[in-house]
Amino acid sequence: MPLIVIFGLITFVAVILSAFAHDALFAFHMALIAVISGGAAIWRMRTIDYSGTAAIPLKAKDTGYMDDVVRAGVIATTFWGVVGFLVGVYIALQLAFPQLNLDLPWTTFGRLRPLHTSAVIFAFGGNALIMSSFYVVQRTTGARLWGGGLSWFVFWGYQVFIVLAATGYLAGITQSREYAEPEWYVDLWLTVVWVAYLAVFLGTLLKRKEPHIYVANWFYLAFIVTIAMLHVVNNLAIPVSPLGSKSYSLFSGVQDALIQWWYGHNAVGFFLTAGFLGMMYYFVPKQANRPIYSYRLSIVHFWSLIFLYIWAGPHHLHYTALPDWAQTLGMVFSIMLWMPSWGGMINGLMTLSGAWDKLRTDPIIRMMVIAVAFYGMSTFEGPMMSIRAVNSLSHYTDWTIGHVHSGALGWVGMISFGAIYFLAPRLWGRNRLYSLRLVNWHFWLATIGIVLYASAMWVSGIMQGLMWREYDQEGFLVYSFVETVEAMHPYYLIRALGGLLYLAGGLLMAFNVWKTIRGDLRNEVPMGAPATQPAQ
Amino acid sequence: MSALTRHARIEKNATLLLGLSLAVVAIGGIVEIVPLFYHQNVIEQVEGVRPYTPLELAGRNIYIREGCYLCHSQMIRPMRDEVERYGHYSLAAESMYDHPFQWGSKRTGPDLARVGGRYSDEWHVQHLTDPRSLVPTSIMPPYGHLSRTLLDSHAIADDLTANAIAGVPYDEAMIANARADLVAQADPDADSDGLMERYGDKVKIGVFDGDSTRVTEMDALVAYLQMLGTMVDFAAYEPLSEDNRR
Repeated sequence: MPLIVIFGLITFVAVILSAFAHDALFAFHMALIAVISGGAAIWRMRTIDYSGTAAIPLKAKDTGYMDDVVRAGVIATTFWGVVGFLVGVYIALQLAFPQLNLDLPWTTFGRLRPLHTSAVIFAFGGNALIMSSFYVVQRTTGARLWGGGLSWFVFWGYQVFIVLAATGYLAGITQSREYAEPEWYVDLWLTVVWVAYLAVFLGTLLKRKEPHIYVANWFYLAFIVTIAMLHVVNNLAIPVSPLGSKSYSLFSGVQDALIQWWYGHNAVGFFLTAGFLGMMYYFVPKQANRPIYSYRLSIVHFWSLIFLYIWAGPHHLHYTALPDWAQTLGMVFSIMLWMPSWGGMINGLMTLSGAWDKLRTDPIIRMMVIAVAFYGMSTFEGPMMSIRAVNSLSHYTDWTIGHVHSGALGWVGMISFGAIYFLAPRLWGRNRLYSLRLVNWHFWLATIGIVLYASAMWVSGIMQGLMWREYDQEGFLVYSFVETVEAMHPYYLIRALGGLLYLAGGLLMAFNVWKTIRGDLRNEVPMGAPATQPAQ
Repeated sequence: MSALTRHARIEKNATLLLGLSLAVVAIGGIVEIVPLFYHQNVIEQVEGVRPYTPLELAGRNIYIREGCYLCHSQMIRPMRDEVERYGHYSLAAESMYDHPFQWGSKRTGPDLARVGGRYSDEWHVQHLTDPRSLVPTSIMPPYGHLSRTLLDSHAIADDLTANAIAGVPYDEAMIANARADLVAQADPDADSDGLMERYGDKVKIGVFDGDSTRVTEMDALVAYLQMLGTMVDFAAYEPLSEDNRR
């Protein structure tokens, strides 16, 4: 065990040194060290007996499925979630207290913000998707993951991508494409990992023992293949040197802008929506113990969702130098997208019909339900904001930030937490979670956190948009720009508080999952039972 | 019911499901993006847009590295308040040599599309070093380290070459003289005839960071900021001409 820690530390230090190296040769050497010691650490970890926390042996029975990689994924998802939320709280505080930029190059808002977005979208969200898709595809096909150790390559390869991207942001390596910031060589690496992921997933589908492919897998498959397409096209670039970190986008100006937002909006549409709908279609029926509400609805909303989403990108470029016809197409398709989005919400919520009483006793199902409810809320808000007249007010303001977070914290976060709570006892062979009451605490901390966050951003966004365009009676602009910045301060504090509550919930989850893995069971009154027994 | 039974075929064939999904998601992008590359009305006909000088390009790379685009847009929308606050609305032609574009998506700080020439070089250096010394309630991070860091420009010609491959009209003379042009722009005493000949006589030359003995990252960034939005001669721009309607 200590050897792993040492290998891990060497790898970490070498990656950092390499990232900050003054010349390319030093960077190359440090990277080499990182690769070697990282490889050694992985080798050591694979030889660990995970059941060997001697006091409490692992009780999972051998299912014939490949679950080790899913277990690793549950841990990685939890870890990166907490990291991502923490960075988010920090940069939220930077906007309220600029002194927290610390006057160091690598701790400014400009470098930490991509770290936050990538940590939550790609590290937390990505690990949740990979881990849950590996679990779901095995359970719904009756087949073991295809490709033997290839799924482990996907897992570790993806973690290497995360570390390269994150250290790169701190050092200032970025393409400046939002949610696609990593430079060309990291993009190439992710392409390799992603092709392996597609191979594992499709290979497992092809050797399935069930005749039908379950609906959750349609969504996972569409997510994997669409992200491959978006990633490759959006990252086409000319590197300055094969040994240098810098590249220039193959496209420029208006074309570059539309390609980036075609990518950017569909990172939302396929990474953060289609993939997590796959998660919903497996875990909600399982936890509620009810079949999916409508098979027909799932067919209609699947095809219409993936067809319409791709068109929505131009709504990020309303009133810009993008030609009007493209803006109009983006707006029209965004509004149409409301319907298939709510098709998914209805299918998720109505799956609970006949099982609504479980909301009272099962905080996990409560988490899943609020996730679907937030999905419905933000997929109504999104089409509304894509209307050009609304967008003229909301664009460039915090309203957009609030919208993204009600989707990311409410939908993506909550459905992932639900899946993690579902999986942890099953994967480690425990009778139940360490504590359901802690899940309940997590639920309320997260929900209140989101409400504070979203409402603060509504107020600050709409207020700032209105202040920018306010004229006095003589026809002069009323506010200077910096006056509108000052007005944001209280709302930035409320937002940071909301984020802090959400982070606290994440920490509770990490504790709960850790105790569950250890095999501890908290002695507690079951949820829904009277808190105290009446005196005899 | 027949549509549902036909759909069962897709549900039983993973390759078909994959192929159909890919086909369905490809359509929207093709219809929206491809015309932008050949439709002649996408980019307006204007005078004055030129490739960045080597010093401006290096400054632009610092702007990207520090993530300035996360808080500052470079895209003025055609609305009364924006045009009065920031200047003429942005044209597609103004970012035609931008690899990548820097339009941004958020205004935590003001738009910078036309910040060039609005403030003095000294103002920019002071503001970047300590924003709150000039704007007490600003929430911008300080960037004092830019003045202390020498600009690494030994391979700037490679940057021009990469841009040329991507379609920016840098000619051989521009690439061959990239390093010399970079140094000349940051030193008013140097011979800048070549620089002017290659990039035009509107190029702004100066001791941007106040120290002529060396070229720092601050020099490059301020040179870039001072050029932003100054290229197009709007007196000669005809928004209603047939070529410029979009």
